[in-house]
Amino acid sequence: MRDLIRRNLPFAAVAVVALVAAPLLLEPFRLGLLAKYLCYAIVALGIGLAWGKGGMLTLGQGVFFGLGGYAMAMYLKLTEAGPGGLPDFMVWSGVEELPALWAPFASPVLALGMAVLGPMALAVVLGTLVFRQRVRGAYFAILTQALAAALVILLVGQQGLTGGTNGMTNFFELFGRDLAEDSTQRGLYLVTAGVLGVLYLATRQLVNSRFGRLLVAVRDGEDRVRFLGYDPALVKTVTFAISAGMAGLAGALFVPVVGIISPALLGVVPSLELVVAVAVGGRHALAGAVLGAVVMGYAKTAFSEQFADGWLYLQGALFILVMTLAPKGIAGLLGRVRRARTA
Amino acid sequence: MLELRDVRVEFDGYRALDGVDLTVPEGELRFLIGPNGAGKTTLIDVITGLTRPVAGSVRFAGHDLVGRKEHRIVRLGVGRTFQTSVVFEELTVLENLDLAAGFRSPLWTLARRRRGVSEAVAEALARTGLEELAERSAGVLSHGQRQWLEIGMLLAQRPRLLLLDEPVAGMSGDERERTGRLLTEIAADHTVIVVEHDMEFLRRHASTVTVLHEGKVLVEGSVEQVSADPRVQEVYLGRRPSDAAVGERT
Ligand SMILES: Nc1ncnc2c1ncn2[C@@H]1O[C@H](COP(=O)(O)OP(=O)(O)O)[C@@H](O)[C@H]1O
Ligand SMILES: [Mg+2]
Repeated sequence: MRDLIRRNLPFAAVAVVALVAAPLLLEPFRLGLLAKYLCYAIVALGIGLAWGKGGMLTLGQGVFFGLGGYAMAMYLKLTEAGPGGLPDFMVWSGVEELPALWAPFASPVLALGMAVLGPMALAVVLGTLVFRQRVRGAYFAILTQALAAALVILLVGQQGLTGGTNGMTNFFELFGRDLAEDSTQRGLYLVTAGVLGVLYLATRQLVNSRFGRLLVAVRDGEDRVRFLGYDPALVKTVTFAISAGMAGLAGALFVPVVGIISPALLGVVPSLELVVAVAVGGRHALAGAVLGAVVMGYAKTAFSEQFADGWLYLQGALFILVMTLAPKGIAGLLGRVRRARTA
Repeated sequence: MLELRDVRVEFDGYRALDGVDLTVPEGELRFLIGPNGAGKTTLIDVITGLTRPVAGSVRFAGHDLVGRKEHRIVRLGVGRTFQTSVVFEELTVLENLDLAAGFRSPLWTLARRRRGVSEAVAEALARTGLEELAERSAGVLSHGQRQWLEIGMLLAQRPRLLLLDEPVAGMSGDERERTGRLLTEIAADHTVIVVEHDMEFLRRHASTVTVLHEGKVLVEGSVEQVSADPRVQEVYLGRRPSDAAVGERT
């Protein structure tokens, strides 16, 4: 029992800060930014699981994030347009009838379900095709990256269906509440933080389970695992699907929090940025992945406010620095400090 | 129990196995020897589904193994080790064994934490003498201990047929001795095929030996018969097989 409390103390402390202190102390604008970083942190958690524990370097999480985001955006647009109405951007592009693809997204349950299950289904299909063929390492990374690029092209090309390059924005209400209200945004922040907390605990549980051991074994010796009677492709597909589901949910939260979804938010660059964030935070620890997303999110905001273009280079430099000097990232450094103190 | 008929394997036109027939009855401890490149590892690869033969059949306990996926063959009760041992260094000895033992449980049942030690795992720990090291990470094990852990992982799976590829290679005299005893013990209630060169080791522990040479079965028989056979002596470069053992390990 005491052990249980001590093990969960850091988590509890962070939870108190996130759920109590932050909403009290931060002004609405800053709280909104933090909510955005927490959305990214949910994606990062999935990357930490798939890449850190499972060895699958996925450079295309933006795809799943985007699918979740678009599902949510479609729902928001449809509620605004009202029954029989058309979303604003469709009117501008001369679309006259609601496309059949859109119809199910009028239901919040279906839309949210699609935001999570859609990405998971795509990951299962992709994983089944790719992992069965024993595609891994750099090939898998490039493939996921290509997928992100392809989705951007698809979204941009279907102007009338997706809002094209501009994506979708101008959302005004969510479940009958005004999105511009501070209280709504605070509520969204709390939901996002809560979702992240629950997913973090669930993922940690998974990593510590026998499945988690199996996943690490697959990462370190896929062929050996096969000769223990397991199907590594299945283990990887399941894990990849879980990480995709997380990214989808994060996308669905991101849309009402930030107020926009567009191809630029889910392409190759944002997908890469998240992987860099996980590396900086420390991919071998789930907490490191979450931390990395928040830290890099803040850093990006802070630097982009001053020198817009510098961020890309700084990010690259930071990535190289971390990979060469502290391959276990911030989490690794913190761990070393803690061990040094107890030793 | 295991029956190979006219098995042929080619790598880019090179015949690694050239019509191998092999029958191993239930409960036997069979040694497989032969010079470097004779095809011993390839033979194990064929049985376990890693390499697909261009011709021939492999039958095990009434099942045709050719074309089956590796993990399905394992589920039929065929376990193997590799020449270079692979244990999962980030996991503890116990976790390695537990992982091996859990292979028949459906994936979703693994979503829980391990509680306690299962009977199969406890037995494997005891047999391999790794109890003291159970909680240590497998990364700190010595070469010999790794091999035992690998054998333990196989035992935890309760297979019917074990294929061990040079389990004593690189071991010290003491370790060899201990491994030999372990093998004899295992052979009491399993069918085992061991790839090994060392004639001394063979004399002490082997019953039946199959000699492989250039992808073909050269001789089969007791250790005495085999080591007295002139063809075997010739294969080992004109030296006596016991000399050939030194430095002949791949
Ligand atoms: N995957 C492979 N590709 C090409 N040649 C191979 C492959 N595996 C084994 N060989 C060749 O097949 C022959 C038999 O190899 P192997 O079965 O490893 O021999 P042994 O284990 O008896 O030393 C060798 O000449 C080896 O070079
Ligand atoms: Mg060999």
